[in-house]
Amino acid sequence: MMKHLRSIDELGHDGLVRLLDLTHHMVEVNRRPVPKVPALRGRTVVSLFFEDSTRTRLSFETAAKRLSADTMTFSVSTSSVNKGESLRDTVETISDMGIDAFVVRHKSTGIPWQISEWTNASVVNAGDGWHQHPTQALVDCFTVREALGKERFDGLTLTIVGDIMHSRVARSNIAAFNMLGARVVLVAPPTLLPPDVSHWPVEVSYRLDDVLERTDILYMLRLQSERMSQGHVPNLREYAETYGLDSVRAAKLPPHAVLMHPGPMNRGVEIDGTIADDINRSVIQTQVEMGVAVRMAAMDLLARNLKERRAAAKNERGAWA
Amino acid sequence: MGMSEIFFTNARLIDPVTLTDAPGWLRVAKGKIVDSGDGKAPETKGEVVDCGGLCLAPGIVDIGVKVSEPGERHKESFRSAGKAAAAGGVTTIVTRPDTTPAIDSPEILEFVARRAATEAIVNVLPMAALTKGRAGREMTEIGFLQDAGAVAFTDCDRVVADTKVYARALTYARSLGALVIGHVQEPILSEGAAATKGKFASLRGLPDVSPMAERMGLDRDISLLEMTGARYHADQITTARALPALERAKRNGLDITAGVGVHHLTLNEFDVADYRTFFKLKPPLRAESDRIAVIEAVESGLIDIICSMHTPQDEESKRLPFEEAASGAVGLQTLLPAALRLYHAEQIDLPKLFRAMSLNPARRLGLPSGRLMADCPADLVLFDPDAPFVLNRDDLLSKSKNTPFDGARMQGKVIGTWVGGKRVFGGA
Repeated sequence: MMKHLRSIDELGHDGLVRLLDLTHHMVEVNRRPVPKVPALRGRTVVSLFFEDSTRTRLSFETAAKRLSADTMTFSVSTSSVNKGESLRDTVETISDMGIDAFVVRHKSTGIPWQISEWTNASVVNAGDGWHQHPTQALVDCFTVREALGKERFDGLTLTIVGDIMHSRVARSNIAAFNMLGARVVLVAPPTLLPPDVSHWPVEVSYRLDDVLERTDILYMLRLQSERMSQGHVPNLREYAETYGLDSVRAAKLPPHAVLMHPGPMNRGVEIDGTIADDINRSVIQTQVEMGVAVRMAAMDLLARNLKERRAAAKNERGAWA
Repeated sequence: MGMSEIFFTNARLIDPVTLTDAPGWLRVAKGKIVDSGDGKAPETKGEVVDCGGLCLAPGIVDIGVKVSEPGERHKESFRSAGKAAAAGGVTTIVTRPDTTPAIDSPEILEFVARRAATEAIVNVLPMAALTKGRAGREMTEIGFLQDAGAVAFTDCDRVVADTKVYARALTYARSLGALVIGHVQEPILSEGAAATKGKFASLRGLPDVSPMAERMGLDRDISLLEMTGARYHADQITTARALPALERAKRNGLDITAGVGVHHLTLNEFDVADYRTFFKLKPPLRAESDRIAVIEAVESGLIDIICSMHTPQDEESKRLPFEEAASGAVGLQTLLPAALRLYHAEQIDLPKLFRAMSLNPARRLGLPSGRLMADCPADLVLFDPDAPFVLNRDDLLSKSKNTPFDGARMQGKVIGTWVGGKRVFGGA
C-alpha cells in the first residue's frame, strides 16, 4: 500500500499504470464547469518548497484545491533557510499540526526520504536534487499516452537529449518509460552524462543526428547556464550546434514523432522557438496542462491509501478495546 | 594494583610478531610483560586471570582518533573517548589535531596533554597540525611541538594544496625525524563530493569524486617523498587503483606506510542506501571491488595499519541533507568487532589483524607496545572473537553515537582491557 510518492521505482509498474488510469478521470473532472471533487475534504496538504518553482508548485496547489484539500504553503528560498536543522524543525512542527501530506522540493537529493523519517504524513516528491521528479515523469507518460493513443510503449524509442547528469526529470523518466516498455536513448556529451550508466536500461549516443530517425519521443532537457562556467560544455554556441533541435534536425524525425520539454525552455539553445510551438510536433503545452490532473490523481491515490490505513488502524484498536 | 603481578592462564595468545595464534599463558609484573609460553604454566603468587580459552592480544594502537577537545567537548571528551577506547580494546589513542582551534602550537598541545593525562584511562599520544590553522600556508613549530609530545604531524582531511609549502614542511620534518601523515586526495577534484563516482552516485544523483582522485593524491605525495626523503604515512588508502603506486613506492625504498579505516574495510557505497548520513565518510565509501582489494592489501601487508578514524559528530550535524551533513563515524568501540568481520569471513587471520591494529602502528610511532614480548608494556586486550551481539548505538560510551553499525549484527566482545598492567575495562 503506497504511503509516499518519492520515486518511480517506489511506485512500481502497477502503481504507475493505476495512476495513469486515474489521471483520465481527473482530466474529465477538470473539464467540468465546477472542477472540484471532495476526495481530500478535511485533509491538509502542505507544500514545502525549498527551491524556486512556479509551475510545479502551482500545479500541486491547484490539484490539492480541486480535491477539496486544505492547503498551506511554506515557500522558502534556498538563501533564507538552508540549514537542515531548520528543515527538520519545520517538518516536525508542521507535522504536529496534524497534516496529512507534504509536497516537497529541495535542491539536495534524498530529502523526501529523510523527511518521511521525521513525520507520519505522506511525502510527495516534487523534485529532489538531481535525483527524482516522479510526478513530472507521470505527466510525461500520460502526455505520450494521449498523443500517441497507446497505453503501453513497447517498440517506441524515447530519446532524451541534454544535461542528464543533473536531471531528476531524466532519472524519473528513464525508469517510468522503461516500465511501460519503451527503449530509452540518452544523447549528451559525456561531461553531461552520469558517471556510470553501464547498468542502466539505456543506450547512449554522443550524436543526436544518428538517433533522430528512429526516435518516437524526443525529449529535450534544459541546459542551465552555470554548466558553461563549471566546464561541462564550452559555450552555448557549440552546444546549440551539436545538441540543439533546429528545423533541419526536426525534419529527420519520423512524421508521428512527438517533441517534449519539461520547461522552462531556453529557446534558441536546446530548442528552436518555432519548433517548440509547432502544434503538429510539440506536446510541450499539453505537458503543462496535464500537470494538474496527474497531481490530482497522485494525491487522490495517497489519500485512498491513507483512508485504508486509518481504517485498518481503527479496527486494530477496536479489537484491542 | 597496576604494579602487582598478573598471570593470564588458559589463553589463546594472538602474537602479531611471530604471526601465531596458539594456546598459552602470559605473565605481567610492574606494568610490563614478563614472559609467556605454552604448556604448563609456572607457579606464581600474583592475581590469576583465567582466560577460559579466549583471545589475549596486544592492545590496539589507534592512529587518527578525533577527541573533540578543545572546542567541541559536547561531541567527545578525553574522558568519554578513553572509556570508549577501553571498552573497545584500544589501549593507545593517537589523537588528531583537527579540533577547534587546531592543535598547531605547543601551548595548545600542552592543554591537550594535560587534559589527556587527568581524564583518559588509556594512553593518549597527540598529533599536531603540519601547517598553522591547518590552512596549508605556513608550517607549524614542528620542533617545539615534538618536544611537547607530538608524535606525528598532519593537517588531517585538509590537503596541503600548495606543493611548495608542503615540500618545505616535509623537508623540514625530515631533519627532525618527524612523521608526516597525509590525506591522499586531489583536493580540487574531490571538492564537494558526497559519494564515489560510480553506480550508486549515478543512480542517486549525488555529487561524486572519481576514485582516481585518491591515486592522484598518493602519486603527488610519493613524488614529494622522493624529493624530500621524509617519513610519511598515508592516512587512508581505500581504492584498488592506488595500491600499485603504494607498492612501487615501498619497493623503491621510500619511508612510506599506509593505513585504512575499518569502515572502508567493512562497508561499501551501497550501504548509504536511503541517504543514511551516518554512512557519510571522508573519503566516501567505495565500490565493493575496491573494498575487496583493500582487504587483500591489508592481508598481504601492503597496507600496514587499520584504524577507526573515530570522528564524533552530534545529531544535528548529521541530520542534514546528505550533501551538507558532516562526514565521519565513531569507531573506537566498534573497531575490533568490525575488524573481526574480516576474520569471520576468513579474509584475514587474527595475528595479521593485530599486526595491522597493534604492532604496525606502534612500530611506526616508535612505541614499545603492540607486542606480547618481554619488557613491552602490558597493554592487553582479552576478547571473545565469536560472541554475537546486536549493536545498539545508545550503548556506546562515546558522547557521540554516529555509528554506521547501529542495529548491525556483530561478533566479538571485549572481556577485559589492561593498560600498563592496570585493568581499565571489564572484570568485577
